[in-house]
Amino acid sequence: MDAGLRFFTFASPPRFYALSGALLPWLWAATALFAAAGLYIGFFVAPTDATQGDAYRIIFIHVPAAWMSMLLYLVMAFWAAIGWAFNARLASMVARAIAPTGALFTFLALWTGSFWGKPTWGTWWVWDARLTSELILLFLYLGYMALVTAIDDTRRADQAGALLAIVGAVNVPIIYFSVKWWNTLHQGATISLTAAPKMAQTMLTAMLLMTFAFWAYAFAVVFMRTRSIIIERELHTEWVGALTGRVGGRGSRT
Amino acid sequence: MNWGGAGEFFAMGGYGLYVWGSYAVAVLLMGAEPLLARHRHAEARRAAARADEDETGELR
Repeated sequence: MDAGLRFFTFASPPRFYALSGALLPWLWAATALFAAAGLYIGFFVAPTDATQGDAYRIIFIHVPAAWMSMLLYLVMAFWAAIGWAFNARLASMVARAIAPTGALFTFLALWTGSFWGKPTWGTWWVWDARLTSELILLFLYLGYMALVTAIDDTRRADQAGALLAIVGAVNVPIIYFSVKWWNTLHQGATISLTAAPKMAQTMLTAMLLMTFAFWAYAFAVVFMRTRSIIIERELHTEWVGALTGRVGGRGSRT
Repeated sequence: MNWGGAGEFFAMGGYGLYVWGSYAVAVLLMGAEPLLARHRHAEARRAAARADEDETGELR
């Protein structure tokens, strides 16, 4: 009837399953291309940093991973909220599919940060605002995952998870602005980094290319997981039956 | 070009442990996650195909 109704019709699990399946090869191709270009520029074009030597090259995975960890949390909370408010099944499934990837990027941001901190700050870990709030983000992801798997009733689990995700979203601006609000060892926002212009340019290019690669990777792997969740939840429906050859002869791909 | 040879490249100006320690874990995790996701998808498809056999003879 109205546009809103059509939107939800389009977001039906069978359509999403087919569409995301068609997009997957392109997303993986984009991941490979952006990563190859980013790593080439990052290691062979961008020069050695005057103060940090070659240790700074960790930035090409550290900053994209940290950005993705925060972005994915907000996207997860958004879809969890949509799923809760409108009882939109697919939105709740997407929220669940995002959590492990978000946790992975959060862990990577912490790990690479630790390996960067040791040579530059002289310590693997310090309880400062940026690092601690990022660690809390990891616990929020893990808590969300534990909560939704602990509740057997799928709808109730999605609702409880949505509540946790929404409340936890307050942590994201805290992470982002922590370097401004508190005295911290961590440097300020990377994008406004003021180094010698020429050097910053190639570094920035490599970092942005790696960010695109991580972005495409996140889309691809979240789509893969959403497709699994769709099948798991719609096991007995006719369209899944047709997909696997249960209904209407031989199974079809994608 | 930044490096005189493969040795210099892997040494990373003395920061090899930190740079490669970061990249190795990133490659490991971002290589494993898609494989796990693919496995889960295959499992779900198999379970869906089996749901057929469970249902033969009687409708849900």
